[in-house]
Amino acid sequence: MGVKLGVPSKGRLMEKTFDWFEKRGIRLMRAGSEREYSGAVEGMDGLDLVLLSAGEIPRELAAGRIHLGVTGTDLIYEKLPLWQQQVEEMAPMGFGQADLVLAVPKFWRDVDTLDDLDAAAAAFRRVHGDRLRIATKYHRLVREFLTEGGVADYALVDSQGATEGTVKNETAEAIADITSTGETLKANHLKVLSDGPILRSQATLWRSRVADCTNAERLVLNDCLDRVLDPV
Amino acid sequence: MGWRAAELARAARLKALFETAGAKPVETSVLQPADLLLDLYGEDMRARAYVTWDALRGELMLRPDFTVPVVQMHMEGGADPARYTYSGEVFRRQEQDPSRANEYVQVGYEVFDRVNPAAADAEVFALIAHGLSELSGLRAVTGDIGILTAAVEGLETSSARKAALMRHLWRPRRFRALLDRYSGKTPMPPSRTALLQAATTVPATAPEIGRRQLVEVESRIETLKIDSATPPIGGAALSALNALLAVRETMPFAMEQLRDIAIDLPAISPALDRLEARVAALRTRGVDVDRLEFEASYGRTSMEYYDGFVFGFVAEARPDLPPVATGGRYDALTRRLGQGAEIPAVGGVIRPGVMLELGAV
Repeated sequence: MGVKLGVPSKGRLMEKTFDWFEKRGIRLMRAGSEREYSGAVEGMDGLDLVLLSAGEIPRELAAGRIHLGVTGTDLIYEKLPLWQQQVEEMAPMGFGQADLVLAVPKFWRDVDTLDDLDAAAAAFRRVHGDRLRIATKYHRLVREFLTEGGVADYALVDSQGATEGTVKNETAEAIADITSTGETLKANHLKVLSDGPILRSQATLWRSRVADCTNAERLVLNDCLDRVLDPV
Repeated sequence: MGWRAAELARAARLKALFETAGAKPVETSVLQPADLLLDLYGEDMRARAYVTWDALRGELMLRPDFTVPVVQMHMEGGADPARYTYSGEVFRRQEQDPSRANEYVQVGYEVFDRVNPAAADAEVFALIAHGLSELSGLRAVTGDIGILTAAVEGLETSSARKAALMRHLWRPRRFRALLDRYSGKTPMPPSRTALLQAATTVPATAPEIGRRQLVEVESRIETLKIDSATPPIGGAALSALNALLAVRETMPFAMEQLRDIAIDLPAISPALDRLEARVAALRTRGVDVDRLEFEASYGRTSMEYYDGFVFGFVAEARPDLPPVATGGRYDALTRRLGQGAEIPAVGGVIRPGVMLELGAV
């Protein structure tokens, strides 16, 4: 068995991760066909590539099933409440930058701050009878942010994709989602609240604090970290 | 005897004590409909309770406490007056501190009685204290949410401002921020100043989307305009409210301070009369009220349903442990769940598991 490195299994995040390691002399590749989720490594003996969904990498790190993993700060904070005890941040990787923001319809002239959102939520409940809904997949982070900001009378509704469309589709009144350029928000007639962002995220290399290591694996792990953490 | 057996044995003894005091034993389901609890307490409830679901019944919560289902049961046709006791597990989701129990036994005593609220408050407090009597080093803290609500109600300001303060009574930081805004201590955010000067207009490219309508936006802007013309809360009433929030004394001194505060905030006087009646009733029950602590802000960060007397018992030497017992009055909750009916109600719970940790045998 070797040191396991978990990397997102598709898309730009995977490609940029491969580029980042390649610049540091470690070549990561998908093995076999385009559709097969297994990987190969050149330039670092004893390092195994594990291709995973980005959303599963926090859990695998926390369970100690992988030693190293690449995923966004957003997913670590959302999925691991005690992340400081389970994982260690090794290196921000300089891509995948995105902010978790709260956004409301642009025509809500009266809402710019959390204070406004809270007042609008109270009025909404009086008029409509139910709570103002905020669509998100970041339940814990959003709830903590709103509690901290003293917002009441809202309800979180789960949205695992196309979150910006939920307002127009009337399944939510506001959203909390990751955005990098804000273009999708703009296209869906939404604006970002000035209190925030809830979180600034980017792709980051994490080390599991709980994964077991044999002596041989520890040597490989240290060697690998020395190599990738050196300034390029 | 194992820990679990000891906890249950202790719970059984407490329940027997409460039955001897005249309470009828009741049971509630572990699985509670989630919509009622969410409607009452909002999204914060999800952070505190375990939510589960099935395709037939939708979302359900593992009972986070007994009070809501017991009130529901009573409002659906309980005797009047009535006293209830129960014993069983409650479940609390923990996301920050793994040392806090996520499942523990509560034994409770609840009184629904319209005749003499002060006497009922004292009855519950004294009985809970009796249940804990073998433990030494406990500190009892009391408070009264009713004095705070009377103070807010009595402020000389708009009803919109009072409603906003009242809504955030249970979120002390937000309450403070609102009070600072209404007293002119913090300036208006620039975006609101711009909005009120009508410098902000609807961008032509912003269609009306979603369920919140344009008239709701316009109506809130109207409200904000009226609010900006409302004179700041100030002078003696503001200092009195600040003094009130800071009261933390043994009962006789607290009462003296509160009566002083009432000179500038006369609206709290009826609530102070009720406090005095409660103190007298506690004395009659043999409680050492001269040493009993009163904290005006006590109970502001707990469950929103308490609206009068509140109390808790904590172990002075063990600040790491949660309170061994808590309780309070929740008249408004009976109104919310009573569909037109209401009844004054007060209750308290003991955690036998915490008693064992404190050395009870």
